[in-house]
Amino acid sequence: MTETHREPGRARRPLRVLAAMSGGVDSAVAAARAAEAGHEVTGVHLALSANPQSFRTGARGCCTLEDSRDARRAADVIGIPFYVWDLAERFRADVVDDFVAEYRAGRTPNPCLRCNEKIKFAALLDKALALGFDAVCTGHYATVRRGADGERELHRSADQDKDQSYVLGVLDQRQLAHAMFPLGDTRATKAEIRAEAQRRGLAVARKPDSHDICFIADGDTRGFLAGRLGSAEGEIVDEDGRVVGTHQGAHGFTIGQRRGLRLGHPAPDGKPRYVLDISPVDNRVTVGPAESLDVVALTGIRPRWCGRTPTGPGAYTAQLRAHGGETPVTAELAGEELRVRFASPVRGVAPGQAIVLYDGSRVVGSATIAATERRTAHVA
Amino acid sequence: MPYFDHAATTPMLPEAIAAMTEQLARTGNASALHGSGRRARRAVEEARESLAGALGALPSEVVFTAGGTEADNLAVKGLYWARRDADPRRTRVLASPVEHHAVLDAVQWLADHEGATVDWLPVDRYGRVHPDALRAAVERGPDEVALVTVMWANNEIGTVQPVAELAAVAAEYGIPMHADAVQAVGQLPVDFGACPLAAVTVSGHKIGGPYGIGALLLGREWSPTPVLHGGGQEREIRSGTLDVPAVTAFAVAAELAVARRERFAREIGALRDELIAAVLAAVPDAVLGGDPDPAGRLPGNAHFAFPGCEGDSLLLLLDAQGIECSTGSACTAGVAQPSHVLLAAGADRELARGTLRFSLGHTSVKEDVAALAEAIGPAVRRARAAGLT
Repeated sequence: MTETHREPGRARRPLRVLAAMSGGVDSAVAAARAAEAGHEVTGVHLALSANPQSFRTGARGCCTLEDSRDARRAADVIGIPFYVWDLAERFRADVVDDFVAEYRAGRTPNPCLRCNEKIKFAALLDKALALGFDAVCTGHYATVRRGADGERELHRSADQDKDQSYVLGVLDQRQLAHAMFPLGDTRATKAEIRAEAQRRGLAVARKPDSHDICFIADGDTRGFLAGRLGSAEGEIVDEDGRVVGTHQGAHGFTIGQRRGLRLGHPAPDGKPRYVLDISPVDNRVTVGPAESLDVVALTGIRPRWCGRTPTGPGAYTAQLRAHGGETPVTAELAGEELRVRFASPVRGVAPGQAIVLYDGSRVVGSATIAATERRTAHVA
Repeated sequence: MPYFDHAATTPMLPEAIAAMTEQLARTGNASALHGSGRRARRAVEEARESLAGALGALPSEVVFTAGGTEADNLAVKGLYWARRDADPRRTRVLASPVEHHAVLDAVQWLADHEGATVDWLPVDRYGRVHPDALRAAVERGPDEVALVTVMWANNEIGTVQPVAELAAVAAEYGIPMHADAVQAVGQLPVDFGACPLAAVTVSGHKIGGPYGIGALLLGREWSPTPVLHGGGQEREIRSGTLDVPAVTAFAVAAELAVARRERFAREIGALRDELIAAVLAAVPDAVLGGDPDPAGRLPGNAHFAFPGCEGDSLLLLLDAQGIECSTGSACTAGVAQPSHVLLAAGADRELARGTLRFSLGHTSVKEDVAALAEAIGPAVRRARAAGLT
């Protein structure tokens, strides 16, 4: 058994910590580390579904009764109090309904960011603070440091491969001041985190990782959306407006998508075609060649800043997807909008997704992508 | 440590622990014919006699089960099946809507799977069924009624039902009535022979006995269809090898609980009144649930709604100080559901979210109440700040 994570020392000042425990291995180890550091930790599992499934199916979800029991067992082993809080109503209103509405509008949302912003570090944090807790602890891989000016800085985790700072890019100074990510400092591999869980006697050590969207238990996002948005046949057109196929609902598509288009007519040049644009108003999907996906600039709305709001244009690196790479940009606030220009074109940028700006390893802020500017203009 | 959850389970009496551990060291299936079997059988029959004696029943009216839930299921389903088999018109079940889930869900299951029609009996704002309401429900078609089931006293808000009067109404029509007396034994006089009930559920771990043991007191004229089939033990109504240590300890606990009942009701009732006064003094807008007349509620029960609070928040805040209580309603995976008892009694849905039940028992002392009196005010203020999510 190898342990490469830094041995957590005793906390300088013990805090009253509320640990969000999904029933998975990361949040269990995070809670255990917080307790070991001398904090007074209470575990809470969030019940996010009004009608939870009994058992996990495969690697999806964290909202089954089995997950709740796993979290409870982990809390028992760590030796901390444990409760289940019913946030199903808030989650439905703030995350699930928003997810559906975004797809209805032709955008591709990231519900994990939304959940962090509205549930874990809002509804949960607010309730925790009101009840006398000092911080909310989660199993995210990210680091909060105090900067030179005393401000809380959010940084990528020590291990870049597991970094989850992207989905935390919506947190502001106040939220960061009450956030605790005990796994962020670790350079341990997932196998080592599992070994640590094993060493701590946590039965979740061998539990599979969660993937996909937790509230879509069977992983069928398209089916989930069709059930809520209905299905209506629409046209697939090329950049010249020629009809090249049909589909059963524009919400089944994401910009940059290649598979599942089932186009009747081959492209003139024989090259693969990608979804370029989704227009929910006329239920139309536009396809075209890969080059037409090249985006040179974008406009973001609802900007959120981890620290002070930047003034004037700045050079940053940007991340556009949960597991995406970094790309250099210049960004500037224009009123309520964030204007971003890429140093070189990027592909597959979908409105609704978040752009997170970094300065080195430090998260500067984020915005929701509202519109993109393509290198090659196409008919939308 | 202030433990206010005796209605969920109460510490085992030392006498019951002694009786149980003594039996645990012995071998013998009570149905076996040899010496060990006879010794086990003797222990069971002596326990049956003492339990029957404590509860005003005949020994032959005691059917041991693996707890209150099983006894409730046996009474509700078994009586329904037997009565319907004897006359297919009998498909109506008359039940109070404030029953424990062991009765409530068994009744609902009959409606969902066995063609039963359920008449949920009207209750007043304390959750009490009035005999006239039962009579009116029976009168809508007495020949179609399979059974009546109304609990002796409510587990959440402590309301005592007029069981004797209700049983008299049912008996007038020759309809069997079942009463779940799990919360009543040791707190109220429970005399099976004194009122014309067909069946009464009792449980071990609520009265200082072990978990996993209970009994259905069952009039000799009633033969419910079994839920568990097998070796034909317990009048061929409840098969399964008898749990001799649990049966023995259960009887010891029942005897003591009944013998100590009057003193318990007087002393714990006074402590409960003190608790209610202390909570209302600390939180003047707290709403006492159930009957404010001490004679109309279980001596060990206090139940409150705290406006603007989440019951879960209050529970956490008190638990953190070692004060243990319950929100009072059933949980699904740890999430408290809106109480069907309060809703049936006409409570406001918002108010029903902020409830706590404090149930006292044989280990409760003045210091427990003093600790709660000190903690409840600040806890409510804090929970209010956290609000309703």
